[in-house]
Amino acid sequence: MDRGSAAVSLTAHPRQGSRAAFLLWLIPLAFLGLFYFYPLATILQVSFARGEAGLAAPIRAMLTSEIARRAVWFTIYQASLSTFFTLLLGLPGAYIFAHHDFRGKRLLQSLSGIPFVLPTLVVAAAFNALLGPKGLVNQLLMNALQLSAPPISFAYTFSAIIIAHVFYNTTIVLRLVGDFWSHLDPRLSQTATMLGANRWKVFWHVTFPLLLPAILAAALLVFIFDFTSFGVILVLGGPRFATIEVEIFYQTVSLFNLPMAATLSVFQLACTLGLTVSYSFLSNRLSRPLSLRPRRFTQHSVRRFGERLLIALYLVGLFSLLLAPLGALVLRSFLAISASGEEMRFTLDYYRELNISRRESLFFVPPMVAILVSLSYASATVFLSLLLGLPAALALRRASGSKLSRLLDGLIMLPLGTSAVTMGLGFILALDKPPLDLRASPLLIPLAHTLVALPFVVRSLVPALRSIRPRLRQAAAMLGADPRQTVLHVDLPLIGRALLVAATFAFTISLGEFGATALIARPEYPTIPIMIYRFISQPGALNYGQALALSTILMAVTALGMLSIERFRLAEIGEF
Amino acid sequence: MYHHPHLKSFFYLKSAMGFKVALLLAIAVVLLAACQTPREPQVLKVMTHDSFDVSAEVLSAFESENNVQVQIIKSGDTGTALNKAILSKDNPLADVFYGVDNTFLSRALEEDIFEPYHSPLLGKILEDVKLDPQNRALPVDYGDVCLNYDKAYFQEHNLNPPQSFEDLLKPEYKGLLVVQNPATSSPGLAFLLTTIGNFGPEGYLDFWRGLVENDLLVVNDWETAYYTEFSGSSGKGPRPIVVSYNSSPVFEVIYAETPLDEPPTAAIVSGKTCFRQVEFVGILKGTKNRKLAEKWIDFMLSPLFQEDMPLKMFVFPVNIEAQLDEVFVKYLAIPEVTAFVSPQDIATYRESWLQEWTEAVLR
Repeated sequence: MDRGSAAVSLTAHPRQGSRAAFLLWLIPLAFLGLFYFYPLATILQVSFARGEAGLAAPIRAMLTSEIARRAVWFTIYQASLSTFFTLLLGLPGAYIFAHHDFRGKRLLQSLSGIPFVLPTLVVAAAFNALLGPKGLVNQLLMNALQLSAPPISFAYTFSAIIIAHVFYNTTIVLRLVGDFWSHLDPRLSQTATMLGANRWKVFWHVTFPLLLPAILAAALLVFIFDFTSFGVILVLGGPRFATIEVEIFYQTVSLFNLPMAATLSVFQLACTLGLTVSYSFLSNRLSRPLSLRPRRFTQHSVRRFGERLLIALYLVGLFSLLLAPLGALVLRSFLAISASGEEMRFTLDYYRELNISRRESLFFVPPMVAILVSLSYASATVFLSLLLGLPAALALRRASGSKLSRLLDGLIMLPLGTSAVTMGLGFILALDKPPLDLRASPLLIPLAHTLVALPFVVRSLVPALRSIRPRLRQAAAMLGADPRQTVLHVDLPLIGRALLVAATFAFTISLGEFGATALIARPEYPTIPIMIYRFISQPGALNYGQALALSTILMAVTALGMLSIERFRLAEIGEF
Repeated sequence: MYHHPHLKSFFYLKSAMGFKVALLLAIAVVLLAACQTPREPQVLKVMTHDSFDVSAEVLSAFESENNVQVQIIKSGDTGTALNKAILSKDNPLADVFYGVDNTFLSRALEEDIFEPYHSPLLGKILEDVKLDPQNRALPVDYGDVCLNYDKAYFQEHNLNPPQSFEDLLKPEYKGLLVVQNPATSSPGLAFLLTTIGNFGPEGYLDFWRGLVENDLLVVNDWETAYYTEFSGSSGKGPRPIVVSYNSSPVFEVIYAETPLDEPPTAAIVSGKTCFRQVEFVGILKGTKNRKLAEKWIDFMLSPLFQEDMPLKMFVFPVNIEAQLDEVFVKYLAIPEVTAFVSPQDIATYRESWLQEWTEAVLR
């Protein structure tokens, strides 16, 4: 019998445990029930009711449709490849951030999270500035090699989709796995080394199995994100590629074929649920209680030259993928290009113009206001998702292994797998009567953001909670602490770092969210991404420039926000 | 009391305090939100799409004259906003819906979301944009989806810009055109309809096959086509011809980085190469503010609003008494004839046309 299961049988008084778990679940479940399942059920019911040929007809139509079948395979294929490459790039980075201390590390870490918040249209513009037919790289190559045509074609290819997904989601791996790794007790691998294992063996037989729960959690989130990808496919993939999510949008908006859209939505949800349940099953078997160590015991500065070189090479590679496109964007937001395209000069005009209401529009909003609106939605999202996510994570830890917990785990994850178009219509239909007439309420935005952030919060917290040695909590109980005190004084401080990772996720998700925000936004309170979209959807150099200037501002706000969350860690939680 | 050795006691003290503060804040937010929606009788709700815009001054003229507060509810792009209005018709979100265009008109009328209103101003409205004889949907504005070209490119290459659809198939225009996917983009759909209006439902696919032969590029959205692919925009893409609006060149002058004497781009308005998009307004069935809703529609059709629209939304007045701003008189090219496909045909054949087009062009 391994130590994990022995420990579980010591702590769990089954009946009491499940009642406590149930109470903990009540809060997040009530929230999900009201703001997720109720609207979702309403829109699905109305959609299917619109079908004249009965419930089976759209399902048969989906199964026999060549287009739907192609979309399903393509969705699975691109999501698997994207997840694979994201892990391939992210895991070495997670290792480096977890084990080495070097100057600029904290800045690099928060910079790596910036892609996460940027609207696809802007990211596409950034990639195009680098890799497009008239982009920097092609121009350089054409000049250097005396070519007449650009050698790299990037946009509207399958690789563009994969690269963009890696660009967006690497931060998930860096954060989830990196955080967990940095607290793994180095004594385990030191012991293995002493017993004669080489480094590879130590990694493969000791470190990797211990890390697996965190890697799986990251892979699951990345996969679901890629699985439901919309903007990247539309803008960078082009019309030749369609995921299930794109097909849902087309069926809903363009054709108003709601029964078909609902069938596809249900299929997408079933996949998400299936994935999460099997993930839960696996991760329950794999998690072991560990002694997490404060970071200062696991980190060392880089000394050997070879190690230094490898790390430097990797970081240059990683950040040229993540930061070069962002740099191109920032640069472009300070450049005025003449109508002929020949001359360029430095300018602050786009930033200045943001503050000018040229057309006395009713909807003019100074950038400062949009920043504040974005920040208040983001803070509300952090608050709400931690408030709901923490009890859910505690309950998942308690009931670990039970069928119920596996199912509940899946339920929390479902909002990630739900199409924004479907959800937007669901809100309109369901939340339409007082006291919950939220259809035009700004409150709907942090609620929708919380639905998306919750899976990230839970996934960040659960691996950390599961790894706390039950002995610590038993000791607390023996010394007279009640369960609430144990959570407050043992669990919370020990997972302080994971809490901050969770908060960072919630913060960035809210800052960058576009799909749901656009569907329920009140024009007086636009977020920064909504403003960017307003500018980029109109012709004219000033509009384009202002969209880029606002994107730069969004990046700065994100980086500053994440850095200040990091500061919070230093100030209050100390070494964990 | 149990103490973990690593613990700093002020951490949980602070977090407990922080929690209370946060809880109080949350309660305050909920209370504030509750206060923000008082039951005022004089609120008119107007549901519309993302592109809606109006001068603050013009709107407040309407508000003070009628002692009403207008609440604008933006609900996504045209198709999404209309879907929302349809799905919420039993408990309407608003009193008025503005922004359904002729490509979606039949969907709105079949779903029966509007009450008829015979506005006294209809006498002043252009005849050929009145597409609903029962006046459930009243025309407010129109805009033309036309090919735009990059003037500099054609000057440099000593080439005439194309004048007709047939020109686009010639070798000298190979690889120059970028269009939007009609399944995902509204100007893309308008351009597909233009070709159907020209070549008929039997002939349009042959024309498109010719375009594909001539190295056509299709992207999903207007933003990518215009800013990433089109060489005449400040994105400086590689292709000099794009599907956009006849108002786009005027935008380029108004929103130029440095003042321009003339636009860097131009719209092609010859032949029947443009499609006229007409936008409609209607009173949503079940409104409790019928009188105010009527006043709002009269306001939208009046010269005050009609003259404000072009610089706000870059669409053009349907009221014959409305004057165009000088900048439009100077730079706007208006097609004399446009391609026409009836809203009924669009509704009936939309899906099959889109499917045929996808098979022929994208596969």
